[in-house]
Amino acid sequence: MTVHFKQNEPDNSNRLDGMKQGVLGKPLPRIEGLAKVTGTAPYAAEYPIDDCAEGVLVTATITRGEVTSIDRTSVLSMPGVIAVVDDEKLCTRAAQGTANEAPMQGPGQVCYWGQPIALVVAESFEQARDAAKHLSVEYREDEGAPVDPDAVEPEEQEDETVHQGDLAHAMAEAAHSVDVTYTTKGHASAAMEPHAAIAEWDGDKLTVHASLQMLNYNISELADALDIEEENIRLISRFVGGGFGSKLGISEEVVAAALAAKQVGRPVRVVQSRQQVFQTVMRRSETTQRLRLAADSDGTLTGFGHEALVSNLPGETFAEPVLQSSHFMYGGENRELMLNVARIHRMTAGSVRAPGEAVGMPALEGAMDVLAEKAGIDPVELRLRNIPEKNPEEGLPFSSHKLAECLKQGAEAFGWDRASRKPRQRREGEWWIGTGMAGAARVHNISEAKARVTLKADGTALVETDMTDIGTGTYTILAQIAGEMLGLDTEQVLVELGDTRHPRGPGSGGSWGAASIGSAVYIACKAIREELAAKIGASEEELDLREGKTASGEALTDLLEGKDLAREGHYEPGDIEDDYTASGFGAFFAEVRVNHYTGETRVDRMLGAFGFGRVLNAKTARSQCIGGITWSIGVALTEALEFDPRDGHLVNCDLAEYHVPVHRDVPDLEIVLVEERDGAASPIQAKGIGELGMCGGAAAIANAIYNACGARLYDYPMTPDRVLAAMPD
Amino acid sequence: MTEMISVNGTAHPLPEDPRVSLLDFLRHDLGLTGTKKGCDHGQCGACTIIVNGIRINSCLTLAAMHDGDSVTTIEGLGTPDEPSALQRAFLEYDGFQCGYCTPGQICSATALLEELAVNWPSDASECLEGRIAITREEIRERMSGNLCRCGAYANIVAAIEEVATGGKS
Repeated sequence: MTVHFKQNEPDNSNRLDGMKQGVLGKPLPRIEGLAKVTGTAPYAAEYPIDDCAEGVLVTATITRGEVTSIDRTSVLSMPGVIAVVDDEKLCTRAAQGTANEAPMQGPGQVCYWGQPIALVVAESFEQARDAAKHLSVEYREDEGAPVDPDAVEPEEQEDETVHQGDLAHAMAEAAHSVDVTYTTKGHASAAMEPHAAIAEWDGDKLTVHASLQMLNYNISELADALDIEEENIRLISRFVGGGFGSKLGISEEVVAAALAAKQVGRPVRVVQSRQQVFQTVMRRSETTQRLRLAADSDGTLTGFGHEALVSNLPGETFAEPVLQSSHFMYGGENRELMLNVARIHRMTAGSVRAPGEAVGMPALEGAMDVLAEKAGIDPVELRLRNIPEKNPEEGLPFSSHKLAECLKQGAEAFGWDRASRKPRQRREGEWWIGTGMAGAARVHNISEAKARVTLKADGTALVETDMTDIGTGTYTILAQIAGEMLGLDTEQVLVELGDTRHPRGPGSGGSWGAASIGSAVYIACKAIREELAAKIGASEEELDLREGKTASGEALTDLLEGKDLAREGHYEPGDIEDDYTASGFGAFFAEVRVNHYTGETRVDRMLGAFGFGRVLNAKTARSQCIGGITWSIGVALTEALEFDPRDGHLVNCDLAEYHVPVHRDVPDLEIVLVEERDGAASPIQAKGIGELGMCGGAAAIANAIYNACGARLYDYPMTPDRVLAAMPD
Repeated sequence: MTEMISVNGTAHPLPEDPRVSLLDFLRHDLGLTGTKKGCDHGQCGACTIIVNGIRINSCLTLAAMHDGDSVTTIEGLGTPDEPSALQRAFLEYDGFQCGYCTPGQICSATALLEELAVNWPSDASECLEGRIAITREEIRERMSGNLCRCGAYANIVAAIEEVATGGKS
């Protein structure tokens, strides 16, 4: 039986706070953790499938044009080679998040350097890899494909445009104003598990083990790509070795494995090489951002401008949503916001952790630091003075707003020193030392979600959904929600995820997973509680369940009388999405050292204070926050995709040349969880936390670099060469 | 005579194809998929295993080069029923999120403890000779070959420190 709930009003009942089990919010270890630390958790490529052949993708070596011939005989006589697959249904790009339809297909047409054009299948991986390198391919290249975002006429994203009041006038009249242009380089998700799929056909039934974030969308994308019915597909992603946006949609290897398995009549595994993952999946677009801030003499914003240029391939609808939180972060009645897209032939641009705010907030929060200095106002105080009472563009109320608390509690915990804002005041040996801070915001997303909860006759519970856990903690928080509602320890709750045989969840992406699927589990459990309450002649509100018993001592197993009790919870966001501006908020504080002679920056300590609704598990929530801050360090200092100006190909396509933070780059991190209940965010009063931790953190480091050594930089990442060039003599 | 390798105490014949990396041999031929392939180029550390007591990237060496060697993988360090001290500490300190780099982190940390025990210095060490103090910076330096994109570093260091110091840090 399905229980449907469409949320049109805030739910401030905080029902979960009235439960008695006491497991929700607790810092419990992950319930799937033992499998992960012992290496027994199977990821997509690791299922032992009998008679499985190995496929390796072949990628294009031109920027734009067509494949005129593929000489199969160049490899078919090589040892172990079974087939060359260049089916027209092969996908040439990854699907964008929530696309729900096939990505671009047709390997004969090349749109970017590195695009998949064929798959070689062999008995062993070594044979397939060797043959893929030897496959003879001929092209007809269309010369002159644009690859430089600054060299083409951009397209305006009109739904992002805001013209409100007269910003130019406000800038001219302002007591203090800032007009600065920031740049950010592209980023890669670089999830540790490469994209992988094993496809197996049984008649017209297809089973694919794949590494995917959103099975509910992915099954439609795969069905569309193969032109078969969803009912004939089963997707399994029980463990996903990180996603960060790169596995939101299906990628090329999923469709290639399915087509190859059909063609050769046996299961086929395709694992992308690390270089292929970098070059064929998704990049975060580089950005150029102009920030204009106008303020009166006490620092109150009178004007706010944020214009950005991003890029993508022709035919892609995704544009890095740089302005997403700029629409509501700070006040200022005169506003100009505009997002432009340059159509160029670099690889596909798409979602990388916190699309939009990950690069928009570091620019905005850097500009705010410049304004604070010009106005002679402490940067924490400047932000406090500019928190709007309602959305400054749409006039909507905020569902909740914890920026002020995060700023104050963060400053207190960090030991923020208002007196030390003058740069170049502290030096130890070769090192300048300073501090900086930034605000954080990340829009709250929520999605339709379904989950089935079964209270078993033996008094244990089973939660089933095709939702994924990509390291986010979904397994554990769902056990905690079900346990809390049904009066069970988490050991008594089995959670089965990542299988499309289960009810459709929301998928992991946009930080919406926990609030969405958690609400579906909550709704299912509430319905089960109503059934149980009826059995003892009580209302659901009166039912106290703890340790498998009611308050009067009746055991769940007795109430169930040998029968399982199952309910499917179906959560759907309704008017709450339109009636409120909902966002997580936070604040970052950083202390850095900058080397006077080399320009090297080291982060010595960093703190983040975040308000994101109900904390479902204090341990995994904190881990999400430290993960986000770690990414902030990468954005600030090291991460940059570099493209060849001649053919647009991604040059630094591996983990040696694309520099993600390593152990020694990350200092002790402190997290302040500013807990709240946001009834307009979800029925469990929770919001997302997976991305908030990197939405602005890079600016805290940039601002600390300035405070330390006086180098004011406007280009991320702030590599030693750039810092050195900007450092005063 | 067939060339043999010992993996977690069990002898196995080495593969015939000389191109097979030690990593692919473990994962594919032996089904020991606890050792992960993250980059296949020695850049990420996910494939870290212990060979004759020393930690190495198993993707950077061919299986055929390991005749007579003794290998320990994550499966040899502990099981869900009997996890090692480091495996328990990673669980307690949430020293992982997606779990893909985790076996490599734990194998690396296991060997790190042995390196500290015999006072091998590192870039973070105060001096090259004598006893190496167990500090977080020392742990960070020695673990920097193991990438974690989820960003669990702070928790990983806390877990290793707990085991390295016997909880006395």
